[in-house]
Amino acid sequence: MDFFIGQYNYWVVIFLMMVGLYTVISRGNLIKKIIGLSIFQVSVFFLYISMGTVEGGAAPIITEGVKLYSNPLPHVLILTAIVVGVATTALALALVIRIKESYGTIEEDEIHKLDHSL
Amino acid sequence: MLLLTTLLLPLAGAVGILIAHRTPDYREAVTLITASLIAVLVVEITSRYMAGEVFAMTLIEPMPGIAIAFEIEALGMLFALVAGLLWLVTSIYAIGYMRSQNEPNQTRFFAAFAVSIAATMGIAFSANLFTLFLFYELLTLATYPLVTHAGTPEAKRGGRVYLGILLGTSIGLFLLGILITWSLTGSVDFQHGGILAGHIDPAWAGLLYALFLFGVGKAAVMPFHRWLPAAMVAPTPVSALLHAVAVVKAGVFTLLKITIYIFGSDFILSNDVTGGLIWVAASTILIASLIAMTKDNLKARLAYSTVSQLSYIVLGAMLASKAGLIGASMHIAMHAFAKITLFFAAGAIYVASHKKLVSELNGLGRAMPITFAAFFIGTLSIIGLPPFGGMWSKWYLGLGAAETAQMSLLAVLMISSLLNIIYLLPIPIRAFFSKPESGQHYTEIAEAPKPILLAMIVTSTACVILFFYPDPFYQLASLAAGGS
Amino acid sequence: MDHISLLLVVIPLITAPIVAVLPRGRLPWAVTLVVTTLCALLAGMQLWTVLHEGVISYELGGWAPPWGIEYRIDAVNAFVALIVASIAAITLPYALLSVEQEIPEEKIPLFYSALLLCLTGLLGITQTGDIFNVFVFLEISSLSSYALISLGKERQALTSAFQYLIMGTIGATFYLIGVGLIYSQTGSLNMQDIATILPGVVHLKTVDTGFAFIMIGIAIKLAMFPLHLWLPNAYTYAPSVVTVFLAATATKVALYVMLRILFIVFPHGFALATPVEELFIVAGIASIIIASIYAIYQEDVKRLLAYSSVAQIGYMVLGIGFASATGVTAALVHMFNHALMKGALFMAVGAIIYRIGACRMDQIHGLGRAMPWTFGAIVIAALSLIGVPGTAGFISKWYLVSAALEQSAWISVAVILFGSLLAVVYMGKLIEALYFKPITETGKEVTEAPLLLLAPMWTLVLANIYFGLDTNLTVGVAETAAATLGVMKP
Repeated sequence: MDFFIGQYNYWVVIFLMMVGLYTVISRGNLIKKIIGLSIFQVSVFFLYISMGTVEGGAAPIITEGVKLYSNPLPHVLILTAIVVGVATTALALALVIRIKESYGTIEEDEIHKLDHSL
Repeated sequence: MLLLTTLLLPLAGAVGILIAHRTPDYREAVTLITASLIAVLVVEITSRYMAGEVFAMTLIEPMPGIAIAFEIEALGMLFALVAGLLWLVTSIYAIGYMRSQNEPNQTRFFAAFAVSIAATMGIAFSANLFTLFLFYELLTLATYPLVTHAGTPEAKRGGRVYLGILLGTSIGLFLLGILITWSLTGSVDFQHGGILAGHIDPAWAGLLYALFLFGVGKAAVMPFHRWLPAAMVAPTPVSALLHAVAVVKAGVFTLLKITIYIFGSDFILSNDVTGGLIWVAASTILIASLIAMTKDNLKARLAYSTVSQLSYIVLGAMLASKAGLIGASMHIAMHAFAKITLFFAAGAIYVASHKKLVSELNGLGRAMPITFAAFFIGTLSIIGLPPFGGMWSKWYLGLGAAETAQMSLLAVLMISSLLNIIYLLPIPIRAFFSKPESGQHYTEIAEAPKPILLAMIVTSTACVILFFYPDPFYQLASLAAGGS
Repeated sequence: MDHISLLLVVIPLITAPIVAVLPRGRLPWAVTLVVTTLCALLAGMQLWTVLHEGVISYELGGWAPPWGIEYRIDAVNAFVALIVASIAAITLPYALLSVEQEIPEEKIPLFYSALLLCLTGLLGITQTGDIFNVFVFLEISSLSSYALISLGKERQALTSAFQYLIMGTIGATFYLIGVGLIYSQTGSLNMQDIATILPGVVHLKTVDTGFAFIMIGIAIKLAMFPLHLWLPNAYTYAPSVVTVFLAATATKVALYVMLRILFIVFPHGFALATPVEELFIVAGIASIIIASIYAIYQEDVKRLLAYSSVAQIGYMVLGIGFASATGVTAALVHMFNHALMKGALFMAVGAIIYRIGACRMDQIHGLGRAMPWTFGAIVIAALSLIGVPGTAGFISKWYLVSAALEQSAWISVAVILFGSLLAVVYMGKLIEALYFKPITETGKEVTEAPLLLLAPMWTLVLANIYFGLDTNLTVGVAETAAATLGVMKP
């Protein structure tokens, strides 16, 4: 039981990761692909953040009388990763707009029919 | 210095040819001057080498232990001498041929020709396998535009076969052989007595030899001989110098070099490295002769004759006995003079009468007596009859077979001589003694232009002279074979 | 000059936004040219320093490792940084005309800005000694390259960029997952530090998993077979300059990360105990053969060269797979030489596109006669690609085959040589189209490319010959680098 409940954060991460990846692969709509990609990235953010938690530890702000803190480093790292993720999403959306302008569609199979790419 | 000059002079000539492309007279002058200088140079170097002078130099060393280096030894000298002398004759011939045919792109033709000679000299003088390989590939690439000169679909197809087989075998097998040699011995230098002895299990040596035998595609050992007939789409001067002398001889020369200086004849003899492989050469001799008999196209017949004759040299190399090696080395020279005469004649016939087929030649001898006389002399020299140079090399090859008690190989040589008679001799006989098919004697056909005749006379005379005076070639050959 | 390693990253990073706001005209190009040249010089100095004075360790902001970020420069990354920076510097003169023709005028400052950012990212990856920092720089270079690719003239450029974005982001995220798992077990992000801690925790499944995630993430960036699907499209539809730059640098940097992770971060004992080696050899062999065969059947010249790149990456992967000093040397040498030959080839193709606007096989018939210098460049670079002696390509092949022979890997030997023959076929097809096919009606008016395109192209072509004859720099440095990586097998 402990294997499932004791490590529930990992199960959440794995679930989100699979949902994200599956969406990227299976959906033909480019926007849905981007959504899937974001979910996939977010799952990794969770992975990092939950890893940083120390059982019984307080938030990593120096306070009188507190001896045990959570590890702040993963949080900092993931702040960077979030920025990267936002940039990626923005760029992807910009690309989709351009694709819509020149193809008139954002469905993968229709684009493929138009010029056998993607 | 002389050595480097011999290499760079043809390249400088090529540049000069390109510069003078607007005025054909100057361009041809550049060709002739360069060719004469080279002829003088190789004779001079030969005499100095025989007098004991040592020529060796290292240009650069791209990888530790693997340098672009040159060194003159007897075998290379012999090859350079043959190629250098015949380039001059061929240049005269080519100018007459190309002009009378009004061929396009003559500048490219003469420039590529000069580069090919530079590559040939590089092969002759190379001091290690790496340098040799470098110039070997350069020769393939430089001759490619010559083969495809006509630009017709047929020429392109020929060019593709040419490049495909030569590059394919050299990269796939020859280079592999070099790399294996390098990884076994840590050296690729040509050394007297060979470098492989003691580094390789004799059982595997045969396999390595096979890599070289088939990898050096220019030696045209079956089944990698197809490029040579394919290359016959080239203009005749190219077939004459490159595909009877420079390129094909570069192939067998490479094999001889590898036999003598990489494997070492003692190593081959004491371990029977070439025992089974020798039959590849023997069967090439016979099969190519048989195919030659079926060819009606004159140049194709000569090409298969070349394939067969090349394997004489390969066979001599694999015998690895002293007489065998002498015979092989001398055959490089003897066959060169004889076969170039035959090709010159074939070109002359084409220029004068536009006939390409053997069956059309009936009665042509009366219209072109000099051409067919030269052809006749070349034929006899190839067959190996006295008083022509070809006799000597066959003599030593036979001696080599007898020396190693390989009577069946001796039989092969004899049968092959008979086949030579069957497929070559009828050509001049038809020309002189048969009546033309129309029943009328040719009146409108005369001899080819003078430069062409001159070239033929020189080479056919050389065939006779070499019988009475084979000394320079014999000395060089025995030096190479003796290993001292 | 102590800050040389940092300056290499900071200079292009700071100039990128400046270039973006510069007025239209040739000023953005001029500034970029100066910056890239400066970077190339700095990278040269850095390599010299490393070779003569040993490893440089630069603490960012004065924070000592393993807490702070450390830029740790040894022969390996100094070498790669030099490749990246000098290719950028050589590409820039070429860029001026090509970019003016292919990119809308109002986007030119942004184009150069993105190019500088991409350079920042690539140089950053080579400089840093921190595995998370690698991720950040990886994304900087990737995001800017998605943007650069999408600037291609045809609309397929957009879809190609999108496809690359999806693949690239998945790759980078995989890498991030791997880094997280490794961090959770070692508590460190510094490469050297991890290497010392790892032996204590190698038995843990988490470390195995992390390693696998990192490898697959980089393999996508590297376009290692069979994860190469994004590459042909991206290279085909990107603007000519971008193709030149990316083909010569991006995959090389990914390969470097691969080497660094395999040999430094994970102590070799661990990396070699798993069947990674065999996987590399199989992937290398497969990509050499399959991608080369694909290349033969391409009708678009850029796509042909792109598939050829996949095949050439296969050679490098194979070299790593041998896990021997000679093998890694061969991979590094080929990394350098391949940058030279593919750079030259893509530049030549770019020059043809500059003249006729496209580069399909049936459009370039007979152009070799109209553009003799461009054609000459293609021929020599093709010979180098095939591996004819006297060219740089021969040196790579020589070391690669030597490495295979050392281990009696006969299949690999055969594949390497067979790959060369396939290269003869596909390059022969290109040369035949350029030279032997009768010239088209439109082709008759084509003239030779302008000098500004020819000069950089021929610089690379001559470099192909020079590094085929003098290998002191390439092989010398690569051998030092292989020694630095501490490759165990002889």
